Order: sequence, then C-alpha cells, then structure tokens
Amino acid sequence: MLRFLGKRLWEGMVTLAALVVATFFFMRLAPGGPFSKNRKVSADVLEHIKASFHLDEPVWMQFGRYVWGLMHLDFGPSLRFRDYSVGDLIAAGLPYSLTIGFWAIVIAALVGVALGVIGALRRNGAADYLAGTVGVIGIAVPIFVIGPLAQVVFALKLAWVPVGGSDQGWRSLVLPVVVLSLPNIAYISRLTRSSMIEVMRENYVRTARSKGIGGRRVLVGHVLKGALLPVIAYLGPATAGIITGSILIETIFAVPGIGRHFVDAALNRDYPLVMGITLLYGGLLILFNIATDLVRGWLDPKVRGHG
Amino acid sequence: MARSLSTFRLQLRRFAANRLAMVSLALLVLIALGCFLGPYAFPFNGEDADFDFISAPIDFGSPHWFGTDDFGRDLLVRVLEGGRVSLSIGFLGALTAGGIGILYGAVAGYAGGRADRLMMRAVEVLYGFPYVILVILLSLLFGGGNLALFAAIVFTLWLTPAVIVRAQAQSLAKREFVEAARAGGMTPWSIVVEHIVPNCASVVIVYGALLVPEVILSESFLSFLGIGIKEPQASWGNLIETGTAAMDTDLRLLLLPGGLLAAVLFCLNFIADGLRDAFDPNDR
Repeated sequence: MLRFLGKRLWEGMVTLAALVVATFFFMRLAPGGPFSKNRKVSADVLEHIKASFHLDEPVWMQFGRYVWGLMHLDFGPSLRFRDYSVGDLIAAGLPYSLTIGFWAIVIAALVGVALGVIGALRRNGAADYLAGTVGVIGIAVPIFVIGPLAQVVFALKLAWVPVGGSDQGWRSLVLPVVVLSLPNIAYISRLTRSSMIEVMRENYVRTARSKGIGGRRVLVGHVLKGALLPVIAYLGPATAGIITGSILIETIFAVPGIGRHFVDAALNRDYPLVMGITLLYGGLLILFNIATDLVRGWLDPKVRGHG
Repeated sequence: MARSLSTFRLQLRRFAANRLAMVSLALLVLIALGCFLGPYAFPFNGEDADFDFISAPIDFGSPHWFGTDDFGRDLLVRVLEGGRVSLSIGFLGALTAGGIGILYGAVAGYAGGRADRLMMRAVEVLYGFPYVILVILLSLLFGGGNLALFAAIVFTLWLTPAVIVRAQAQSLAKREFVEAARAGGMTPWSIVVEHIVPNCASVVIVYGALLVPEVILSESFLSFLGIGIKEPQASWGNLIETGTAAMDTDLRLLLLPGGLLAAVLFCLNFIADGLRDAFDPNDR
C-alpha cells in the first residue's frame, strides 16, 4: 500500500511539474500582454511597469524566477489587482468555491445513489422513470442553460432565493449548489442503477440470500458494498467535472470564487494568478484521484493487486 | 433467412430497431438541415440589423418570426447560423479528435514495448491536467477565433479514444491474422492502417458518438464564457450568454438557443446509447 501511494504521489508530482511548464509557456506565448487593455501610457512608463514585474527579462529567466518563488511557496503578485498577491486572492476566493463544490458533491452522491438504488430495486416503476428522466436532463441540458432558468423561476418569479452573489448566507448557496450537483446526480444515479442490477445477479448475493439473510441486510452488507465501487471510482473524475462546473456556476451566480477569477485572469493575461489557480486545481485533481484509488483499493482486493 | 448477414449489417439492423435512437436521429437530421439550409430562406442574414424592429417580440405575422435582439438582428436566423457553427465544430471536432486518437492508440498498442510505455505515459500526464484549464489556455495560445477554439478542443479530447483503441490494438496485435500479415512482409505502418484500425471500428463508432456532444458542449461552454466564438458571429454558447443578460425581461433570447442546444444534446445522447446497445459486444 505504501509503495503504491509513493508511486502515485511521484506520478502526481511529474504531472504537476508538466502542468507548471505547459501553463507558464502557453501563457507567455499567447498573444497580448497583461497591460494591453490599460489606458495608453508612454513607452517609458510601460517599460518601467514591466521591469517592476520582471517582465522585461528573457522568458527562461522569468520561469526560473517563478519556480524559485514556488519553492518558497510564493505565488507572486497579481498583475491586475494592485497590491494583492496571488496567495491573497486565492485565500479570499477559495472558501466560496470549496463550500459550493463540497456540498454539490455531497448532494450528488447522496441523491444520486438513492435514486439509483430505488431505480434498481423497483425497475420500471414510477421512481425508476423519475430517476431516468432526471438522469437524461442532467446529462443533456448544460449547466449554463439550467442555471439561468433556475434563476428566472426560483429567484426572479418566486423570489425564494437570491439571484446570485454571496451576501445572504446559506440562501445564496442553494441555487449554485443544486445546479452544480445536477449533472453529477445524473451520472451517479445511472452508474449506481446499472451496477446494482449487475451485482444483484452475482453468486455471492445469491449465496447470502440462500443462507437466509434478510432482504435489508443483504442489500446493505452485500449488494451496496459491491455496487458502490464504480460510483467511488467515479468520484475522481467527478471532481474534475465540479471544477469545470464551478467556473460556470461562479460566472452565472456572480460568486466571488476562484473559478471566475481564473477566466478573468486568463483573459487579462494575469500570468501569476493563472499559474496559481492552475496549480491549485491540478493539485486538487491529483490528490482526489489518489484518494479515490486508495479507497477503492481498501474496498476491493482486486484493485489492490494491480496497483 | 437463408443468406447470412455480416456482423456490421446485423449491428445496423439492431440500431434501426431502436425506436428512441431512430427518432433522435431523424430530429437531429432535421435540425441540422434547418441550420445549414434555413438561413437561405430569409432575405437577411444574422448580422443584418433591422432598425424598424429593435427587440421585437415573437410575431409570426412579421418578417421576424421569433423577434429580434436589441440590435434588431433576427433571432431565428442567428440561432440557425449559430447552430451551423456549433454542429460543424461538433462533428468535425469529434472526427478529428477521434482520428488522432485512433491512430495514436493503434500505433502504441501495435508497437508495444518501450514506445507504447512512453506514448501512454504522455497521455497519462495530459490526463492529469484539469480539462477546462487546458482548453482555455490552448484557445488563448492559438490566438482566439474559430480555428483556435477547434484546435484547443481537439487537442484535449483525443486522449480517451487513444486509450480505448490502444487496449483493443494490443489484443489484436497478438492475433494470428496480424502475425500472418507480418510474415507475409507487410510493413508495420500498413498493418496498423489496414488491419488494426478497421478492426477497432465498432469501439470507435460507440465512443465517437459520445464525443460529438462533448465537443459541442465544450464549444458552447467556451463561447458562453466569452473565450470561444465572439460577437458578431453567432454560436449557441454566446447566444445563450446574451440571453442570460436579458432574461429578467425577455426569456425568448435564452430559451430559443438553449432549447435547441438541449434538443441536439438529447438526440446525440440517445443515438450514442442506441449505438452502444447495437455495437458493444459486452452488452449482449
């Protein structure tokens, strides 16, 4: 297990290093610069500004300087938000993004698994059709269509919750979290349903039944334990989906999180901010994938063998 | 029946028997025809402003059936033109990404050994990248515009087909007919092209069908965020974005492009499901 963990962490470091190099050079090679949208200043002043951020140095020297900073956990200053460091901006935005992402995953897992289990137990019943409908809608209708529609219905017409922002406590979280969890509810309920149906046909479940173990205990102890494996394996990729979704959600609902920061920073060529958020997302994704593999290995001896 | 059918025929027949998939296919063809031919039926195009009709509502009696936006541009024509862009990028993108992935995977799987390990290692590293971030950075790197968007999406979506085909190619490389081809003196390249790739067809068809909605979704996602296709050119993504800005007064601007996008994604998902049921040997 430890060797497996070490190997995965090492691979994660390689991926992260590749991510740093790729992001750094992609950003520098992209046309436009951080100050090209500012009001016109004389060439002298522009040179001066660039020099103060070391942007006048050759790219490889800037890269060296950046990596040196990273080793000291210094992500550099933001080029657009004067007097803020990238660390400050991330620290300010991350709580919003994490809260929304966390609750979205929790709700998606709970509702998705529940819908999937009900669907598998009462196949072709009303609940199964309901789950199937939710599944198809969640997969086919994009977040950026459902989100605005939800705003119109629940915020503008019914006025149950605010349209967006973050100043009303949990009430302003409701819409972003629900909308963000929808596609994942869809995937998880589909996965749970099909893997439940598969597991219920397994020999070990039949054995357990024939030994006279009651319906509920077989369901919880035998069927669910086996059926949830693919669902847990999906939680790694789901994190990636949540990251993608949170960028949209933060744009639609005007949440001051890091997803919207990222898009703005990329459009404004705020190099250090883009780098910082990319590293954060990349690191999160890698850690989640490793954690997923560990949990799977713990639950399923077959996976452990291949590690 | 006396004559035996080829597997491919059988699979097609099984697909044709799937009613949901066939209805979806018909609807998709209809929408595609509407998007590609529809705009020619109107005397104006999506970038022509009609100053007598600014923000006109839905009115089937006027020349603008679904009204106009705040520049006086016809909404229906803009949505159809946007569909042309979205659908083209979707199908061409899936084709290109699929093609690259198939070749890469087939070569890696057939070559095996160190080349395979190195090639799959590169794929793994790219897999570790957060997808959105890669697409956004790439489309900036290529300088914005349709081609940049296309390249960025293709570059990020060829990975999964490569992995799937590589697994298939690996098992094919050990089969007798490939060995016979090698003994007969075929070059590795022509073995890959003539034996490995065609034998991966059914896997590719099933996965390729899932790739199309993914590409369309990526395109509209980026255009929605203002990174992809930009005004005045229309795409479903940027039309939806415009629609959200006006949604408290006029839902029509959001519902028409959003509804059409959702309809296309519904159809593509049902078609992909139908293809999987018909082609996937594990599911029978």
